[in-house]
Amino acid sequence: MVALTAEKQDHNLLSRMAAGDGHGENSAYFDGWKAYEENPFHPIDRPDGVIQMGLAENQLCGDLMRKWVLEHPEASICTAEGVNQFSDIAIFQDYHGLPEFRQAVAKFMEKTRNNKVKFDPDRIVMSGGATGAHETVAFCLANPGDGFLVPTPYYPGFDRDLRWRTGVNLVPVTCHSSNGFKITVEALDAAYENARVPVKGLLITNPSNPLGTTLDRDCLKSLVKFTNDKGIHLIADEIYAATTFGESEFISVAEVIEEIPDCNRDLIHIVYSLSKDMGLPGLRVGIIYSYNNRVVQIARKMSSFGLVSSQTQHLIAKMLSDEDFVDEFIRKSKLRLAERHAELTTGLDGLGIGWLKAGAGLFIWMDLRNLLKTATFDSEMELWRVIVHKVKLNVSPGGSCHCHEPGWFRVCFANMDHQTMETALERIRVFTSQIEEESLKLTKQMAKKKKCWQSSLRLSFKDTRRFEEGFFSPHSPVPPSPLVRAQI
Amino acid sequence: MKQLSTKVTSNAHGQDSSYFLGWEEYEKNPYDEIKNPNGIIQMGLAENQLCFDLIETWLAKNPDAAGLKKDGQSIFKELALFQDYHGLPEFKKALAEFMEEIRENRVTFDPRKIVLAAGSTSANETLMFCLAEPGDAFLLPTPYYPGFDRDLKWRTGAEIVPIHCSSSNGFQITESALQQAYQQAQKLDLNVKGILVTNPSNPLGTMLTRRELNLLVDFITSKNIHLISDEIYSGTVFGFEQFVSVMDVLKEKKLEDSEVSKRVHVVYSLSKDLGLPGFRVGAIYSNDEMVVSAATKMSSFGLVSSQTQYLLSALLSDKKFTGTYLNENKKRLKIRQRQLVSGLEAAGVTCLKSNAGLFCWVDMRHLLDTNTFEAELELWKKIVYEVKLNISPGSSCHCTEPGWFRVCFANMSEETLDLAMKRLKEYVESTDSNRLISKSSHERIKSLRKRTVSNWVFRVSWTDRVPDER
Repeated sequence: MVALTAEKQDHNLLSRMAAGDGHGENSAYFDGWKAYEENPFHPIDRPDGVIQMGLAENQLCGDLMRKWVLEHPEASICTAEGVNQFSDIAIFQDYHGLPEFRQAVAKFMEKTRNNKVKFDPDRIVMSGGATGAHETVAFCLANPGDGFLVPTPYYPGFDRDLRWRTGVNLVPVTCHSSNGFKITVEALDAAYENARVPVKGLLITNPSNPLGTTLDRDCLKSLVKFTNDKGIHLIADEIYAATTFGESEFISVAEVIEEIPDCNRDLIHIVYSLSKDMGLPGLRVGIIYSYNNRVVQIARKMSSFGLVSSQTQHLIAKMLSDEDFVDEFIRKSKLRLAERHAELTTGLDGLGIGWLKAGAGLFIWMDLRNLLKTATFDSEMELWRVIVHKVKLNVSPGGSCHCHEPGWFRVCFANMDHQTMETALERIRVFTSQIEEESLKLTKQMAKKKKCWQSSLRLSFKDTRRFEEGFFSPHSPVPPSPLVRAQI
Repeated sequence: MKQLSTKVTSNAHGQDSSYFLGWEEYEKNPYDEIKNPNGIIQMGLAENQLCFDLIETWLAKNPDAAGLKKDGQSIFKELALFQDYHGLPEFKKALAEFMEEIRENRVTFDPRKIVLAAGSTSANETLMFCLAEPGDAFLLPTPYYPGFDRDLKWRTGAEIVPIHCSSSNGFQITESALQQAYQQAQKLDLNVKGILVTNPSNPLGTMLTRRELNLLVDFITSKNIHLISDEIYSGTVFGFEQFVSVMDVLKEKKLEDSEVSKRVHVVYSLSKDLGLPGFRVGAIYSNDEMVVSAATKMSSFGLVSSQTQYLLSALLSDKKFTGTYLNENKKRLKIRQRQLVSGLEAAGVTCLKSNAGLFCWVDMRHLLDTNTFEAELELWKKIVYEVKLNISPGSSCHCTEPGWFRVCFANMSEETLDLAMKRLKEYVESTDSNRLISKSSHERIKSLRKRTVSNWVFRVSWTDRVPDER
């Protein structure tokens, strides 16, 4: 018997899943995280550290949460006020979940949809965060080898959550900046027809991550119609439902199906979570809400693999039942999100940096296409490395979100305080003024050289998108793309 | 419905088995001392409800941990944001030390080799995803926890091939049984990736002997396969004998840093030892870096709630508490088990001698009409509907011999257990008299003799084991 080398032996001993890269964390994009972890910004201890703008967390209302928890010791099963419930809750592992938890979550989902729809607590299934919810939904709706259509750009985590252990494929539906990255039926049709795997469903994130845009009623209706016509599932990830601000309105798929009388509801599923709307990612509260009874039944059995801690269910049940608190929380959260968003975008406007107009989410979709040396993802990576290592901001490059066009970056704003935001904006200001200085220098140098040269340069400097480290293309003379501010 | 996956349309989750009928019946008619004294008593639930008072007392003395505070300041905000899949370092350290304490500090656990999971349900499934391809097989000694059919096979596509154990030697694992199972897998064209044992055993309540553990380690060494030791009941050992973990055996064989040690993985949980199944705290312990790395990433699908990690890190870091708790837990389990065993004896029923777990493996073979699983199911239905006790039939645990049942004792009060034993005694006595009336005198004598002999044999035999709930 031929002896295997130690390494090959290792690989045979573990599953391909464990030995392979399906978790997606070996991608170059994790460099940004590593840079942050090695040198995290702190206003006093590490003022030159990397500012984390790649983390979509809602940290703006933690004070309200903390206050409520302190004022409601009975919501904990550990305090004197709540310990009489300790043993009952500690042994509660029923995968149906605490009834009061489901009722409170259903009510909260209604509130975050402006009470325009009703949610049935008996359809609420728990999961290990939205991460667990997505994987479970994929296990329920698709067999290994099947595919889900996903509009680009999309949350990079989907590559792992929907595919890694399930064997399901993702089929991108390309969206373009020319129409504000809207999902068109033409794009859907094209993706569906050209898919090389059996398509089982369409996954949309609404409000969108990474765009921050919300789908309008007509668009949602067309998506429901498209999926119904094809007999495929529609999965709506609505985890940013309550992060709309300003005049933006969030319309849930739950609302839209009420307006489509012959809609096949067995094909409609919602993924929800409290991680973004309430800023509680650590508590791992994920929800699957399906209109398909069989899916509810089976997803519930699968929830055994990722139930919500009963201690957390109890706390959340109490918290979300406090309607006054919830109303106030949602109201303040939106105001603070709007403020922080305005701070960032006003700052960027002042610097002539474009961003996709959107009114939801915990991030903006920034347009730096005119800073790319060439309209390629290699150039985008180069620019990104400069932003991470020189400007010291960890942002997410569009390529990691499978964006069709290079040059876009997701920049989070809700995970930092006002001072940190100011620092970040200052660094961007310095970065852009350096670009201008270099370009002025270069323009003078080029002008000198041009006098000596017989042939004129094929490209004028103003048109060039040359970008090299320490050598920046002119910024202010090149207007930001008018499409960047397009209404959606 | 072809619009759903085969995982949904098939019944591989295993919850359509008649075993769950007992659960459903209990839920329709649950016993309550005051509100429903004639209801069904739940004896199919392996829960530890004996020591909550100790935890509640601790909470009262530790307001910071109870109130999610550090040095008097609320850290709720920080906990609310903590979602690092590496887990709270203080919690993993405390958990590692607790596992060491349970093994009387004979072996050490490195917190960096711990991966947290949402209960041992998730831990076992995650390990399968890491170690087996769809179609690969793991060998499991029978009888085993019914939930393994779902946890190990459902979404992973892995297979289970049983290692048949029998009452003739107290259901211990023998070399020939191991070899037979391995060969059976090969006959079925299944690639064996490893063995999974539960130690202490569910449903038997017994601990694996050193002989068995050595046999297992030698076997996996020669076949170059994995060994998963599910030790979630390690803190429920109440007998005089010491709990021997697979980690002890690796140490004794000087294999701690060997290549073999990388193929030995331990699964743990706080659901049984601490009686906290609702909190969903499970763990994988592995010496293989790749397994730890992959399993850590997979834990994203079922992380432990940060508020739970914080509470438990404080609880388990209090060594005074853990020492007292582990001792008291053992004492109370022992007393309650004794109460069950004597109650059974009074009904003329014996069980496998056991010194761990939250249940006994009860021998009701003499109550079967015929030595078949159909008869076992008939008996079980009578026990659920007439005696009004929900217990777990051995067939649901894949036991090869009909007539064995797992009966839990740690999830009810003394009074309820008393009542359950009374009901059983009444049933057995009425069955005996019915049998005497209906049978001919010849058969009567024959069956009496048989039963007397078998009772005698079982009273002196040290072998017996028990079924399991979800």
